[in-house]
Amino acid sequence: MDGPVTDAAPEGPARVEGAPRGAPARDLTGLVEALRRIVGERWVYTSEHELRTYESDGLLQYHVIPAAAVLPGSAEEVQAVVKACADAGVAWVARGAGSGLSGGALPIEDGVLIVVARMKRVLDIDLANQRICVEPGVTNANVSAAVGPGFFYPPDPSSQIVCSIGGNVAENSGGAHCFKYGFTTNYVTGLEVVLPDGEMVQIGGMELDHPGYDLLGAFVGSEGTLGVATKVWLRVVPSPETVKTLVAFFDTTRHAGEAVSQIVQAGVVPGAIEMMDEKAIEASEQMANAGYPVGRGAALLVELDGAERECEARFEEVVGICEACGSDDVRVARDEIERALFWKTRKAAFPAMGRISPNYFVQDGVIPRTKLPEVLERIEALGKEYGMIVANVFHAGDGNLHPLVCYDGRNEGEAERAEELSGKILDACLDAGGSITGEHGVGVDKKKHMPKMFGEPDLDAFQRLRCAFDPAGLANPGKVMPTPRLCGEVPGPYRQHPLEAAGLAERF
Amino acid sequence: MELEPLAARIREHGTAGQAVRPVGGGTKLGWGGAGREGAADLTTESLNEILEHNVGDFTAVLGAGVRIADAQARFAAEGQMLALDPPLGEADGATVGGMIATGDSGPLRHRYGGVRDLVVGMTVILSDGTIAKSGGKVIKNVAGYDLAKLFAGSYGTLGLIASVSVRLHPLPGRNATAIATSEDPAKLAAAAASLAALPLEADCLDVCWDGDRGHLLVRFGAAAAQHQAESVVERMRELGLGDARAEAEDDEIWNRERALQRSRDGIVLKVSGRPTDLPAVVEAARAQRGTVVSRAALGLSWMALPADADVAAVRDALQPRPVVVLDGGTKVEDAWPAPPPGTLAVMARLKERFDPARIFRPGAYVGGI
Repeated sequence: MDGPVTDAAPEGPARVEGAPRGAPARDLTGLVEALRRIVGERWVYTSEHELRTYESDGLLQYHVIPAAAVLPGSAEEVQAVVKACADAGVAWVARGAGSGLSGGALPIEDGVLIVVARMKRVLDIDLANQRICVEPGVTNANVSAAVGPGFFYPPDPSSQIVCSIGGNVAENSGGAHCFKYGFTTNYVTGLEVVLPDGEMVQIGGMELDHPGYDLLGAFVGSEGTLGVATKVWLRVVPSPETVKTLVAFFDTTRHAGEAVSQIVQAGVVPGAIEMMDEKAIEASEQMANAGYPVGRGAALLVELDGAERECEARFEEVVGICEACGSDDVRVARDEIERALFWKTRKAAFPAMGRISPNYFVQDGVIPRTKLPEVLERIEALGKEYGMIVANVFHAGDGNLHPLVCYDGRNEGEAERAEELSGKILDACLDAGGSITGEHGVGVDKKKHMPKMFGEPDLDAFQRLRCAFDPAGLANPGKVMPTPRLCGEVPGPYRQHPLEAAGLAERF
Repeated sequence: MELEPLAARIREHGTAGQAVRPVGGGTKLGWGGAGREGAADLTTESLNEILEHNVGDFTAVLGAGVRIADAQARFAAEGQMLALDPPLGEADGATVGGMIATGDSGPLRHRYGGVRDLVVGMTVILSDGTIAKSGGKVIKNVAGYDLAKLFAGSYGTLGLIASVSVRLHPLPGRNATAIATSEDPAKLAAAAASLAALPLEADCLDVCWDGDRGHLLVRFGAAAAQHQAESVVERMRELGLGDARAEAEDDEIWNRERALQRSRDGIVLKVSGRPTDLPAVVEAARAQRGTVVSRAALGLSWMALPADADVAAVRDALQPRPVVVLDGGTKVEDAWPAPPPGTLAVMARLKERFDPARIFRPGAYVGGI
């Protein structure tokens, strides 16, 4: 996952799609008092200036002030908070570090925001069994730090220094190394979860393959709509013996794309393969000063890790492929300092955009890797049609594109047009057989695109899952699904749903 | 591959409340117990198409009725494989659908993960005839809920798996296996743990136990496979194991490992344990005159026991680790251990939502689902 830095954040139109609008404000005084009793006075925020901190996640064009933000300090407190919300019939949103890029942690007006940031204890490290158990507020980077140097935790979103494991679980976070190592869902072996009715359950544990439905698989990546995790068991793996990194420059992204295909086809599974196009190289170089040749069409960063001898052999093969595909400039990192510089330059691509454009949208689409040339051509044509610069950064191994649509928010209507262009890029991804999101999630930002990828029966099946976990629809409503839906056959006495009360949804 | 006729048939069964049992190659019918009598077989024979093999993208879309062996042959022709290698049963009859529904896996799980980790999309048919897809055809995708994981390992109790999209991997050009032996389960387990903690990038890492001795096996599949195996042989010797050697012609060794996961007349138990449980697992199997094959770094073990073995005694010895009866599931009272009550309640609600007609193998799954 990549994130814009604050000073280059997009400033699109403020929209509040995730929350009921125009509904009469509810009186939550009783609930707020209950929350204060649970977590203590100082950990419940209700005044606007305190709540401003939480009005957005990493996607700043959406902002909503919740009725209250509560910061529980333990799993038991989370459970009590969720139970209090369930009793009051009040919707809630769980939030980790708030670095997500789809508005998944956007609060709900008249709802409660449950911030797990205080829960950052490492509870258990068992290296004999290659497991670590942490609270959801622990940052991604601290997991690797806790088991290093012998072991590490592979999923590595760009925001890993700040982003929380709880958020990673909700979003099924990826990162630059997931082509080889997989995503969060491949590493979570157990969860302690508070369900939306306040029940606490443990699913999975330290062991793999607990009998019964794979609730872990369902929960990881469910964007906070099935409950809130209060404890997370993760698999960690031995740190690779060696890491070798190169950057190769090409005249065109097509040439670089061909190199990627040949590398993968040759049976090499690089730890990471990242590509930047001409505009991304230009912006990154301005910021990182790595001596990259501004004006070249594409830069390809390839990193191999693993057993020393295998890495050596494969690395030579990769260098050969890059040269055969037209690169006359292959730079091999001589030491850790140079390797860090290569990565710094790659990761600078997003914030660097802020130097060449007042604002930008980060898109997150996926295509089958072989469709890269045609999709890039279409993106370029779209950029011309809209008269806007689109810079491209990709996790090339798995076909995950991050086009950056540059615009100037001071010009009226430009943000809207940029967003439209950004949406058309997703259409191009879907036409190529891809997906509307590879790692940022649907959240509020992409739910309108969901019907392009999934038909009504598919969405209905999604809703069945959601209803099994959250029949009352209190956990992060308004996210993921394109239109608000309610669950039929709610067990127990009928209660009017908050969305129904607001006239925004009907039972079916 | 037309799904509508099948969906119409399922809907009819749903309306009539007629129980059904999805059947592929019929190689694992007794797994997890039989379920209620009178279920009509719902065969996946008509779903036997390899719908896509996207060579450059290392993905494929497979009908549930495709035989795994056929799919692998197709992939191998392009130097690729689906990195799932469970035993294929009688006449290699196991199908993609059956493997996914049971979450079955083989030695390659060590490196590549299980069914849940390699399926990237799925189309299912529910008891009301709904044809629903989730995921997609690309290897990285977080749009929508991951229903494929929910259906993987669901033993056909939520609906019919019609087709799946899978991620493929390069077929290793050459293999080599480091193998060594010991009569001391603790020593084998310690050696396995010590190797598992190294960044070996092995394809497979098994411990097996048969009679009064066991083996530790580490397989490499890469350009430097032979060299890697030889350096592991050195370590095996240092760790006190006997008869350590590297084998380049190693297919038979691994076929045997997979064969130990099945039993025609006896009972096979799958233990969801931890790597450190291995000595206890071997001990429990020996007490029942059984064999063990363990994915030692993962903590997953398969015990093959005689038909009259005392399953309850094994469960007692290993508790609280979950022990599921695969082969011989119909010979025991309860093939499934009970999940914690709260978790089971969620599972029951999932069953209710996905199979409201309750026709998909009622009573055949955990907790009587």
